[in-house]
Amino acid sequence: MTAFRFTRAPIDVARLRSGLAEPSCGGFAAFEGWVRDHNEGERVQRLEYEAFEALAVREGERILAEAMARFGVTRAACEHRLGDLAIGEVAVWVGASAPHRHEAFLAARYIIDEVKHRVPIWKKEYYLNGDSGWVNCERCASNAGADAAAHAHHR
Amino acid sequence: MDAPLYGLVLAGGRSTRMGRDKAALRYAGRTQLERAMALLAPHVARAYVSVRRDQHADAVRARFPQIQDRLEGLGPIAGILAAQEEHPEAAWLVLACDLPLLDAATLAHLLASRDRAALASAYRSSHDGLPEPLCAIYEPRSRAALADYVARGRDCPRKFLINAGAHLLEEPNPRALDNINTPTEYGSATDTLTGTPMTQPKHLHVQYYALLREQAGRREESLHSGAADPRALYAELAARYPFTLDPQVLRVAVNAEFADWSTPLNDGDTVVFIPPVAGG
Repeated sequence: MTAFRFTRAPIDVARLRSGLAEPSCGGFAAFEGWVRDHNEGERVQRLEYEAFEALAVREGERILAEAMARFGVTRAACEHRLGDLAIGEVAVWVGASAPHRHEAFLAARYIIDEVKHRVPIWKKEYYLNGDSGWVNCERCASNAGADAAAHAHHR
Repeated sequence: MDAPLYGLVLAGGRSTRMGRDKAALRYAGRTQLERAMALLAPHVARAYVSVRRDQHADAVRARFPQIQDRLEGLGPIAGILAAQEEHPEAAWLVLACDLPLLDAATLAHLLASRDRAALASAYRSSHDGLPEPLCAIYEPRSRAALADYVARGRDCPRKFLINAGAHLLEEPNPRALDNINTPTEYGSATDTLTGTPMTQPKHLHVQYYALLREQAGRREESLHSGAADPRALYAELAARYPFTLDPQVLRVAVNAEFADWSTPLNDGDTVVFIPPVAGG
C-alpha cells in the first residue's frame, strides 16, 4: 500500500493516525485541510477535486520520501479527497511521526506545502451566487477572454 | 462601367475524408470559413457563402449571406453557377473553404493580374500545372459558357477553365493553394500556420483534466498528429479548442511522468497538459 493515496469517501483520520504509530516515535504532527466557506471574497458553497492520479501518486510518494530523508521522520503519509466536498469536510490529511516533535512538525509542513505546489490536483469552487471556477486557472482564463474581446474589433 | 466583383466561398462540400465539416475546422482560433470570408472582404463589394440547400441553417454558415445551390449532386460547379444566376451582372472571386494556407499576397496577386478579357483568371497548380478553379475570378461573360457546360452533363470546373482558355498565373507561394482533405493534412497545415515543427504523423493519446477537460469537451482522445513535441501538440490543439490557458502556465506529462515541452513525441505516447494545480 502506498502512503500517498486518494479517496472518494470521507477521510478516516483515526485510521490514518494509527497507521503512523510506532514504538520508537515520541512525536506525531498532523495537518488537515478543510473546506472553507469563502475564498477571495466569494461565498463558497461546495468544492470539487480532480486529479491526474497516475502522476499524482508518483509525485506524492516522492514528496513523502523527500520529507523522510530531509527531516529524519520515521513515518509519513498523505491522503487527499476527490469528487464533491461540502463545507467543513477534510480535503487533505498529512501526518508524520518521529522520535521528537521538531522533525514531525517540519515534515508535516513540508509535505503539505509541496503537495499544494507540485501534485496534479485541481479544485473547482462553486459559489453561492451560482458561479464556479477552477482555482488558479480562471483568473488567467478571464484575462485571456478580455484580450480576445479587445482584439475582436480588428477583424 | 466595370462589373462589380463579388466574393463566393464554397462551403457546400461533404468533408467525407476529413470526417467532419471542413468549413468549421479552426486555425488559430478562427473557423476556415471565417478566415476565407475575411481574406475576401478587402477585395469584393459583397461576399457570400455557397451552401447546399440543407446547410442554410448551419451555425457556422448562417452568420454570412448565403447563396444556395440550385442543382444537387454536382459539387462546387453548382455553387459557382448559382452565384452567377443570382447576380449575373457580377464577376465572381471564388474560393474553396479548404485552403488554410491561402495568404493575402496570393489573393492580391490574382486580383492584380486578372485579365478581364478572358472568361476567367486562375492560378496554374504548382503540383500538376493545371488550372486551380477554386481560387479564381469568373468574369460575367463566363456565365453562359458555364451554364452550357453544365447543361451538357459536365461538372468539372477545372476542365471548364481549360476549355474556356482561362488566363493562368504562376503561384507566388507554391503551398498557398494546398487543400486539405484528411485529419493528417489538417494537422500539417496547422503546424505550418503556427510555425511549429512537423514530423511524420503519429498516433498520440491526450488526456484532459480540469479546465482543459471542460474546454476540450472531453476527457481524452486519440489523434494523428505531426507535432514533434508537446509544444507543437498544444499549439495544434489550441487551434481546435477554445483553450484560454497560455502554455507558460501549464506543465506537461508524457506517459504519466513530467516532461519538457521539447521532449520528442513517439508513436503511442500519452500526453497530458497540466493546468495550474490547486491541491489541499
